[in-house]
Amino acid sequence: MNPIAQLFEAAFFAASHPLSLEDLGRLVPDCSPEELEAALVDLRRHYEEHRHGIQLEEVGEGFQLLTRRDLAETITEAQIVHRPRKLSRAALETLAVIAYRQPVSRADIEEIRGVSVEGVLRSLLDREVIAVVGRAEGLGRPLLYGTTPQLLELLGIRSLEELPRLEELSVALRPPTEGAELSEA
Amino acid sequence: MTAPPTNGNREIPFVVRLDSFSGPLDLLLHLIREQEVDIYDIPIAAIADQFLEVIDELGLNGAADYLEMAAQLLRIKIQMLLPRPFDEEGWEDPRAELVRRLLEYEQVREVADWLAQRSGDQASRFPRGWFAEPPDAPPRPIAVTLEELLVSVEELIESLPEPMLHRVVPRPLDVEGATRRIEALLEEREQLTLLEAIGTATSVADVLSVLIAVLELARVGRIRLAQRKPFGSVTIRREPDRTAV
Repeated sequence: MNPIAQLFEAAFFAASHPLSLEDLGRLVPDCSPEELEAALVDLRRHYEEHRHGIQLEEVGEGFQLLTRRDLAETITEAQIVHRPRKLSRAALETLAVIAYRQPVSRADIEEIRGVSVEGVLRSLLDREVIAVVGRAEGLGRPLLYGTTPQLLELLGIRSLEELPRLEELSVALRPPTEGAELSEA
Repeated sequence: MTAPPTNGNREIPFVVRLDSFSGPLDLLLHLIREQEVDIYDIPIAAIADQFLEVIDELGLNGAADYLEMAAQLLRIKIQMLLPRPFDEEGWEDPRAELVRRLLEYEQVREVADWLAQRSGDQASRFPRGWFAEPPDAPPRPIAVTLEELLVSVEELIESLPEPMLHRVVPRPLDVEGATRRIEALLEEREQLTLLEAIGTATSVADVLSVLIAVLELARVGRIRLAQRKPFGSVTIRREPDRTAV
């Protein structure tokens, strides 16, 4: 393993959160972005070739060491770690609305889901997968909610662009109000 | 439309049953699927009846969200019964808004399925288990033996300065006292001057107490005050008729 990959491995091990390219760059200020990438590829390949129990993965906020999927069952059965609590159906639906409509107010979420979402919002805020991102104009200046990088981590995706595109869903629906549509970005 | 029958054996709180559906739209979609009807041409009367039946069965008719949907369904049902314009040109399907909401909700469900799958998948991959202590964490509980505690208390007591004596400050104005004294003096003598009443009073407060007492006694008619000339001495005399009582 090359020395940069070795250093990165130590950093990933010591860090409690995913490390961004920027974080990694600070470890080796003299390296070019290409060298950084090469070290990451090297580290990833090392884990694969030697059948390590961990893998290097890119998540929302950067790169992270994760245990191999096929080992999870055994590890949880031995009660060494617990899987994070599953999100409820209500939480998932609320999350879906926020992900596609953000920034979105509670009233708008309730209109789409047809139920009160106060409690669900609070638990999603607690899990830090959503956050208050601002206030709407207009009456009462309601709080607006949006997703956080922790959501990407939860889903194991790099950006919201990896969410299914609305036109790929089996129910193709064009929102009647153009402004309410999710930004294409 | 019949009112939901209220039989006594439905004491189970509806909250428990809410889990079966994540909301009225979910229930509605479930019914539409079950009946295999075209979502763009919902037989609204039949679906509305079933909706009411189900929420009654599940004990959901206490849930505001479901009741609101039930009301909406009934409203659409009634609108469908109204005569349409002959050419149907200007006719707007009262179900259109509901259909739009249902389709939109269907999308939400589909995305929610995707989210469930992804997050479930990701949950079987563990990151490093170490978490930094949040900076605003409460201080650790103090670990101390009884002996250490007693020694500390001892030290603390020793370090205290001499016990502070509580200083009792007399009431600055003692009108009652002055009143009693003047009355006592008048028991012995027919009259006395204001200066004699003040006597050996040392402080302004004492002088004021006597003055107030004298004025108060005069007001209630216990004494009579006289002053021969301006700035002359004031004579205090018992009120004759009062003493007779």
